[in-house]
Amino acid sequence: MAAFFDMGGYGGFVWPAYAIVAFVMVGLWTMSRRFQRTSSDELAALNPRTRRRQQEPNDET
Amino acid sequence: MSSFIAILSRDLNLAYRQGMDSVMVVMFFVIAVVLFPFGVGPEANILARIAAGVIWVAALLASMLSLERLFDADYEDGSLEILILQPITLEIAVAAKVTAHWLTTGLPLIIAAPVLAILLNLPADGFAVLISALALGTPSLSLIGAIGAALILGARRGGVLLSLLVLPLYIPVLIFGVSAVDAGLGGFPFKSHLLALGGLLLATLALCPWVSASALKQALRS
Amino acid sequence: MIHRFANPTRFVRLADVIQPWAAGMTFLFFVTGLYFGLFASPADYQQGETVRIMYIHVPAAWMALFCYTAMAAACGTALIWKHPLADLAARATAPIGACFTLLALVTGSLWGQPMWGTWWVWDARLTSVLILFFLYLGYMALNNAFDDAERGFKASAILALVGFVNVPIIKFSVDWWNTLHQPASVLKAGGPAIHASMLTPLILMALAFKAYYLWVLLIRMRGEINAMKVRALRMRQVQQADMADKVAAGKVG
Repeated sequence: MAAFFDMGGYGGFVWPAYAIVAFVMVGLWTMSRRFQRTSSDELAALNPRTRRRQQEPNDET
Repeated sequence: MSSFIAILSRDLNLAYRQGMDSVMVVMFFVIAVVLFPFGVGPEANILARIAAGVIWVAALLASMLSLERLFDADYEDGSLEILILQPITLEIAVAAKVTAHWLTTGLPLIIAAPVLAILLNLPADGFAVLISALALGTPSLSLIGAIGAALILGARRGGVLLSLLVLPLYIPVLIFGVSAVDAGLGGFPFKSHLLALGGLLLATLALCPWVSASALKQALRS
Repeated sequence: MIHRFANPTRFVRLADVIQPWAAGMTFLFFVTGLYFGLFASPADYQQGETVRIMYIHVPAAWMALFCYTAMAAACGTALIWKHPLADLAARATAPIGACFTLLALVTGSLWGQPMWGTWWVWDARLTSVLILFFLYLGYMALNNAFDDAERGFKASAILALVGFVNVPIIKFSVDWWNTLHQPASVLKAGGPAIHASMLTPLILMALAFKAYYLWVLLIRMRGEINAMKVRALRMRQVQQADMADKVAAGKVG
């Protein structure tokens, strides 16, 4: 296990690389998701007719 | 052709009457270069080594300085809309304005460059290459810059935005311009670098007026 | 064919179908790719264990180029055919591409330090990818710089097409110039030059990155469609208020 994390002495380079990729990808996904939510809330607030459509199940993916 | 000359002489007249523009650009160029001996120290060897790069980078920034107003004044006062209604093609008008820009900024920079090269101890072999590289490179800078100047019309914080858009596109000119001088100093053949600069100039000459004209049309349509 | 999906409502319906698949593919390929990349593949005889950085570096670099190409294609579509969704697709792609470019640069740097002994070299491949990153930033800045969103779309579309000259330069920089960066070993004539045990995780991770791009792209495009509708509604409200003012003024006068 320790050998796995050590990565032949290169653990200090391999793991930060994977960590940064994970951080950026999860961060971008979260921000995109938040953007979608806020924009759809904004739209619903502006247009009362769409308010019911927002609650359809297909919004949940 | 007559419309090209008409627009060119109009822009040159305007620049001449406002007077200060070319002087300001050259002053910026000189001051920016003069900062380097303070920054890296006055050692002649180091200055001679970096002279070509410093002069090129300063020329890049200086020629970008006056780009913001290339189309802006005409856009604000509505003469761009009159220009678009004229029977001449907009590409010719853009080419004329770019030529005027080069004559009022690029050319003074080329004239000022040898003095700065002396201040930075550029070896004598480098002068001719530096001048010819600048002569081939600065028109490309004006041409590429015209695209940026057309794209930012009506934008918020246009000046800062312009530098963000244009500087990455300037990098090829910078690379070949500096490597030509370095090759000349090292006693290597520098013709291929100058040919590359000439090729860049031809490519930008063919593409940039066309792209800036379509950017101008977009700006006026909205 | 293009105009069948021009309708935003129809696009959202299509996105509803694709999005769960994209999400599932992303997880599937990431899990298998990470398994093969971190556990079930040998260390390289030259690079040692650092070869595992390649399984994220190479897909990120591919996606950086792919996203720019897709963005430029969308921009061209928007300018030529005035396709309403193409502007939104380009705008939605830009931040994803910028993230992939940044990841390619950072992971490459983390690989370069132990292998080349330096975090960064100014060779043609690295420099041109850095310029690609600046082009993404310039595109996004220009896109957001106008009060009129439409003008931002069109101006940045022209910039994206101009910047496209950089893509072939990046692709062929390792062949044209004698660089420190190694030449292509997967996508080349005569088949890939790397062993199957390393090709498997590389391909799986590349597919994972691609599925992730599709997934996030769909999320962002829904957001952009909402934002576009919000702009249109606000515009209509302003116009209605204007009309009401005029009518009121007419009655008074």
